[in-house]
Amino acid sequence: MGCGTSAVVTETQVKRVEEAEGTCEPVRNPSPALTMKAAVLIQRWYRRYMAHLEMRRRYTWNIFQSIEYAGEQDQLQLSSFFSFMLDNFTQLNGNGPDLISQLLDPVLDPWLGRETCFSCIPVPDSYTGPRLTFPLSVSDTNALLNAFKEQQTLHAKYLLQLLCETKKLLRQMPNIVHLSTSYTKDITICGDLHGRLDDLLLIFYKNGLPSAETPYVFNGDFVDRGKKSIEVVVLLFAYFLLYPDYMHLNRGNHEDHIMNLRYGFTKEVMQKYKTHGREILQLFQDVFSLLPLATVIDGKILIVHGGISDQTDLDFLNSVERHKVKSALRLPRQSFEPLDLGQSYRQTKRLRSTDGSRPNSSRNQKTPNQRRRHCQLTHQDSAASCSSSSSSSSSSSTLCSPRSPSSLSPRPCPSSPSIHFTVNSLQVPFLDSLSSLSPPSPPQYEREWKQIVDILWSDPKNQDGCYPNTFRGGGCYFGPDVTQRLMLQHGLQLLIRSHECKQEGYELCHGGRVITIFSASNYYEEGSNRGAYIKMGKDLIPRFYQYQVGRGTRKLTLTQRVRVAESSALKALKEQLFTHRSELMAAFKEFDHNNTGCVSVSEWAQVLESVLRLDLPWRTLRPHLVRLTAEGAVEYESCFEDMGSGTQLAQVTPNLAETLFRYRTDIEIIFNIIDKDHSGLISIEEFRQTWRLFSAHLGVDINNQAIDDLARSIDFNKDGSIDFTEFLEAFRVVHKLDKYQHQSRRDSNTERL
Amino acid sequence: LIFLLSEAMASDVHKKIKAAFKAFDYEANNTVDVREIGTIVFSLGCFPSQADLHDFIAQVEEDHTGFIHLEKFLPVMTNVLLEKRFPPIPEDKLLQAFEVLDKEKKGYLEQEELTKYMMQEGEVFTQEEMDEMLTALTDQKDNVIYYKDVIDELIIDNDI
Repeated sequence: MGCGTSAVVTETQVKRVEEAEGTCEPVRNPSPALTMKAAVLIQRWYRRYMAHLEMRRRYTWNIFQSIEYAGEQDQLQLSSFFSFMLDNFTQLNGNGPDLISQLLDPVLDPWLGRETCFSCIPVPDSYTGPRLTFPLSVSDTNALLNAFKEQQTLHAKYLLQLLCETKKLLRQMPNIVHLSTSYTKDITICGDLHGRLDDLLLIFYKNGLPSAETPYVFNGDFVDRGKKSIEVVVLLFAYFLLYPDYMHLNRGNHEDHIMNLRYGFTKEVMQKYKTHGREILQLFQDVFSLLPLATVIDGKILIVHGGISDQTDLDFLNSVERHKVKSALRLPRQSFEPLDLGQSYRQTKRLRSTDGSRPNSSRNQKTPNQRRRHCQLTHQDSAASCSSSSSSSSSSSTLCSPRSPSSLSPRPCPSSPSIHFTVNSLQVPFLDSLSSLSPPSPPQYEREWKQIVDILWSDPKNQDGCYPNTFRGGGCYFGPDVTQRLMLQHGLQLLIRSHECKQEGYELCHGGRVITIFSASNYYEEGSNRGAYIKMGKDLIPRFYQYQVGRGTRKLTLTQRVRVAESSALKALKEQLFTHRSELMAAFKEFDHNNTGCVSVSEWAQVLESVLRLDLPWRTLRPHLVRLTAEGAVEYESCFEDMGSGTQLAQVTPNLAETLFRYRTDIEIIFNIIDKDHSGLISIEEFRQTWRLFSAHLGVDINNQAIDDLARSIDFNKDGSIDFTEFLEAFRVVHKLDKYQHQSRRDSNTERL
Repeated sequence: LIFLLSEAMASDVHKKIKAAFKAFDYEANNTVDVREIGTIVFSLGCFPSQADLHDFIAQVEEDHTGFIHLEKFLPVMTNVLLEKRFPPIPEDKLLQAFEVLDKEKKGYLEQEELTKYMMQEGEVFTQEEMDEMLTALTDQKDNVIYYKDVIDELIIDNDI
């Protein structure tokens, strides 16, 4: 780009510009008018470029969110599967209560109330990590900070002790904690952290460590998804023990052992603590359920993790026994109320995206799970409770108590629509002997549970009203009128909540009366979003502080950030396509009667929309996913071209393969639970039983022969045990073309992180 | 202006517009914030001036509510696209424009130079727009804007 060449070019340019502008002035001294025209041109061009970028950013964001929430609905699948397993599959090895019942059924838990003997656990001299002494002091918390910065792991003994102490302290706290700004300086309020240690450390660095001068409220979702959930939660609990008056923790929907099974916390604990993992998880379960549900500042600012519903009553909420709700996904065991599933299905609205009644692969059929629940009725019972013999899939799921109906009052229809997923996770054990049944509980239990679920799972929306949050499968969507009503009812002026990732780390809605605060930056991908926290003084005016953790030293341009995020989102989206391959192909073939391998763009978009149930701009995304013929038709099979599986397994039919791909995470979790000694191996029989159950539950048609063949084929050593890591490796989606195509052109000019 | 269109053509245009609109329809109720309209119009391939945008918004806004309904947006935007009312700027004109600003014919622009023009001339940039432009276009080593290279990037990306 030397001056020589440009001089030549300029000559030509001068002529062209002169012709265009009709002026004889040499461009060397362009007229003000010309300069202005040039400026305008560049500005307009740049604005258009930025608009395109913003559009791509929006699409990318939509992809991430759609897939994330679709995943959360799968979560209900998993929890209902666990219920199913528990109901039908008492013990996997017959030697006393196993991990499943331990984890899922605290009532049966023999260790409930037992104090863990952490003093019995020896700590080797070779351990160089923090050795905590209780009560904790600042040197302990400093030691923890340093240790975690150095990638050290806290020894199980101290972790268990920490959790025990936390549990003791939390027991003394009410459900709703009241703070005052009179005695403290500014209060800092943080949102979801999701195991992002870097974000927590950044907040502490920018804002100061928790202390009397720097009180904090952490609004839930400390764990899951991120890789350092244990470190995050240990620091939070440690500071809580150190400064119980200045460190406040609210429960989030991820402080829930069933969510943890799916979203990574359980796995992280099992991996970092091979010997004591289960005890630790048990304690976490207790601690999580003891976390307060809400914080109120000066009687005016309400802080909860998710949101509220039109049923939210803070006085009632303060009175419930919060620790009984171990998981928001499962109704406490004692309730035997018949629920009108039919009603909740009818009232389920299809909102922005996926319909909540997915994820069964046999979409409109009842699962054996639901069918089975129908059975245990006597004549009298059916009269009292089964009012819901309604449409299609719902009637089979009415749950009835085998007891005599006189003690049951017919359950009144709830004033707000019942939550769809409630019934799937409702506990009704199949008991051989009815005599061991305790008397049915009043609707009280369910009311309490619903209060908590609403607090942990709801999302605000701009439309008035309150209706079930089918996107998430739990809690409600609440409108400005609901907020207004609660504010008036309790004399509040502001609701601060978290639960939703926001690009700027925070967002206001409901006329400024609701603030969402989210503290995990780069949540979906490097550069996807900022994190933020709120500081608030006596004036109760929130001030927002944003940040973004970055891996590199150089600031990424918006273009680069969008590219990275887009690439990641598209990969995730392609995986969705891959794991639904046979359904998609079947649907495509319905449009492609002549077997040309092509369909129109409209038809292609239609198929994707209906099979994947992700509300995305398919036409706009099309160029990234499939090829077009010269005539503009879509070669629908081309989207599967650059993906394959890890390894090939001969005995795996396409149908089976797809199921395995799709539920790979869930299956892995189940295997990890079965594998008590963490050897990576389970017995063939365990594998067979589990697989049979899982597929039966999903309603996937897999015959026993296929399972047996499969089991035998993956018994690589022919010794009766299966290395499931190896097995699952076959069902990891591999992207053959790993680079985002357009980036190759830029690589030479740009430094990539 | 009424155009006679084949059904497929009209349908395609409508779908394009709807997709762009939906990307900002956060509540899934066919409304978008008026402040996003510029982005939507630009992303559909148009190059309106700021004045053009103001006129456009006046045509489609719902009585100063700050929101725009798809019902009103769709027909107006369809006409804009079919009439090619805000045609794109050809690439070579863009290069010429940079060269006009590059008075000393250096082949590049200093950051201060570009800032001066963008924030004082024409349809001036906000500070935010300026900051982003500088970050995006400035060569890291030499701290200047090699506009010829930069144009390549801007153009390639627009095709996606």
